Amino acid sequence: MDNTMITLPLLILFLPLISFVILIFFGKKLPRQGDWVAVGSIVTTFFFALYLFFQMLLEYDPNFSHGASFSWIDLDAFKIDQGILIDNLTIIMLLIVALISSCTHIFSLKYMEGDIRYNRYYAYLGLFTFSMNGIVLADNLISMYISWELVGVSSYLLIGHWFEKDSAADASIKAFLTNRVGDIGFFIGIMLLYSAVGSFAFGPIFDSIATGNTITGLTLTLAGLGIFLGAAGKSSQFPLHIWLPDAMEGPTPVSALMHAATMVAAGVYMSVRLFPIFTPDALLVIAYIGGITAILASLIAITQNDIKKVLAYSTVSQLGYMILAVGTGVYTAAFFHLLTHAMFKANLFYCSGSVIHSMHHALHKIHDEKTDPQDMRNMGGFKEKMPVTYWSMLISTLAIAGVPLFSGFLSKDAILAGTLGFAQHHPEHFLLPLFGFCAAAITAFYMFRLIFMTFHGKPKMQNIFKDIHESPKEMTGPIVLLATLSFFIFYTLPKFNPISTKESWFTQLVEAKDSVVPGGMTAGEISGYAHHAHYLAMGLSIVAATIGILLAVLMYYKNIVSPKKISERFGFLYDWSLNKFYFDENYNRFLYQPLLKLSDTISWLDWEFYDKYFINGFGRATNLLSKLSGKFDYDGIDQGLVDGLGRITDAGGKNLRKIQTGRLQNYLLYVVAGILVIIIIQAF
Amino acid sequence: MHNLESYLFISAMLFCLGVFGVMTRRNAIAVLMGIELILNAANINFVAFSKFNGMNLDGHIFGLLVIVLAAAEAAVALAIIINMYNNMNSINVDEAARLRQ
Repeated sequence: MDNTMITLPLLILFLPLISFVILIFFGKKLPRQGDWVAVGSIVTTFFFALYLFFQMLLEYDPNFSHGASFSWIDLDAFKIDQGILIDNLTIIMLLIVALISSCTHIFSLKYMEGDIRYNRYYAYLGLFTFSMNGIVLADNLISMYISWELVGVSSYLLIGHWFEKDSAADASIKAFLTNRVGDIGFFIGIMLLYSAVGSFAFGPIFDSIATGNTITGLTLTLAGLGIFLGAAGKSSQFPLHIWLPDAMEGPTPVSALMHAATMVAAGVYMSVRLFPIFTPDALLVIAYIGGITAILASLIAITQNDIKKVLAYSTVSQLGYMILAVGTGVYTAAFFHLLTHAMFKANLFYCSGSVIHSMHHALHKIHDEKTDPQDMRNMGGFKEKMPVTYWSMLISTLAIAGVPLFSGFLSKDAILAGTLGFAQHHPEHFLLPLFGFCAAAITAFYMFRLIFMTFHGKPKMQNIFKDIHESPKEMTGPIVLLATLSFFIFYTLPKFNPISTKESWFTQLVEAKDSVVPGGMTAGEISGYAHHAHYLAMGLSIVAATIGILLAVLMYYKNIVSPKKISERFGFLYDWSLNKFYFDENYNRFLYQPLLKLSDTISWLDWEFYDKYFINGFGRATNLLSKLSGKFDYDGIDQGLVDGLGRITDAGGKNLRKIQTGRLQNYLLYVVAGILVIIIIQAF
Repeated sequence: MHNLESYLFISAMLFCLGVFGVMTRRNAIAVLMGIELILNAANINFVAFSKFNGMNLDGHIFGLLVIVLAAAEAAVALAIIINMYNNMNSINVDEAARLRQ
């Protein structure tokens, strides 16, 4: 039992990596480019995860926890362990990842059929799943950070899958760089914690903070905010939300995987996992960022015409909800919403993928390469042609809009109740629930706008309408499965209670833990507030959803109110929303351009000043010195000493040669003269 | 003529003349003649010392040996001179300086 609890998670972790290695090196040589390797391994992990899940249900123990670790780096003073931690949170998350990843793999079989980099696509999906599982299983911050970065890399690779398109290449770079900004915060947070606590593992960090004398107050708040910045980057929170809509340049199944279960869920998962370390101040910042993100993104989503852009902003908005829940303390509600959102959001992406796939084929048939297959203004009336997609998407839309009987209602209600409870206790923060309810209404509105524009009304392009067809089974299979999982029943078991999760397996297995920060609110207090506000929140959220849906019906189904007139009346608001509140433009003007200018200035200083005067000056001085030294060496040593010696010898030889006349008589003369000299010397 | 000095004086004169001849003459034959003078100066010395030293015949014998030697030397030298003439059409010793660098 204990053994399977360690080996199965490890298998779940490494099978996708093995598939990645096989596909990246041998993918092209395998039959069908090796997609069966990827699909096989991922479906296997899904069954393993399912086994773990049922094991968890059998145990039914909220404190269920297993772990294993080994010493990775041990330098006495500096020690890093690598390890895995398996508790209920991990098992549920593993199941989400495995399920969505399996669906994505199967869905892609048809969606990506005939792609030029088919095997690489599957290889990167494997890498992505591996990295995400790494984050989920990590029992310490360093393991998590490593996987965190791997998720960044694999998202970069997948968003830029069609890198021939400039927009896709730009989007992948933007996603990566924006994530980097968050990751730096994450790393600073990790280091702040490590320098105070001396350990990267979650357990020791919690214990150490609980003592209240290692890291407290402002430092702990900063560490928490640093770590949260990482989550904000990955989970695409304001002000780092700009990358997610652009990331829609990736293939649609990737969008489903990335924006439902893996990448963006990582930030929320991490905040949930590390919830106990956030101080009340940090939580307040987190709550406001979540609230602002939720309302801002939903406002942008209203006016988007690209079907995937609407879903992208809806993802950002829903992530804002989760972060808002973490900030207000009901972090199990955040995780619950992560679970339900994964199902219906993945499904929405698959459905949009199914529509786009169909549009693409129809456009291809009439050789129309200019029309955007993702633009909802070209759709309409697809309901009869694609019934499976339509009904599934409708179910998921009802779920995301927060309509009773669907999963989204339960989780959204839990979040809104938590937020409302928080605001009742802290009336000065009344904005937070306001953000939440407004976003809920707006979400209902734009999601139904999407449904009506795509599936209802008259077809906008008659010439392609006849070619619109339902997608093949590989694509509708995951869609139907996930649509089924959008019903409330799966989340309230063992009780059949469509309005409350109070006695559901989830609430009983994932218990909120107290914050370890001394002076923080206890889990009991928080759930008390939330419970108190439960019915009020439920009523308000139903009202909000109804208003949103009614508005959408009036404007886009019955056409009683003309959207055109409203957009003309509120021209500047409409423009703001359509242009995404000019975030990209303002970032460009106030962040990128000054940064570029600064870089230019520094580069100018470097080139024109430092290089020219300092480096080149050094060069010139060295050059001069070398010339002098050369002159001395050549003229002094070479010419004077070395050659001089030669010249002296030469001159001596030349002069002495004259004695050697070759005339015997001269020699004789020398001999006689010599003898005479000797004699004369002898004589004296 | 009873004293040794006059013999030695003549011998010295002869030697100096011989050396002078060897050194100044360009003609190889004249040089050879100078050498003969030097040899003969030596001979006079041998004989003179022999006469004034109890008349043992050592000096005389040596004188004879030198005369024989001079004859042999003259023969060899003349042969060289003839060869030189054959090769260079001249017996000027200054021209026989081909080995000079």
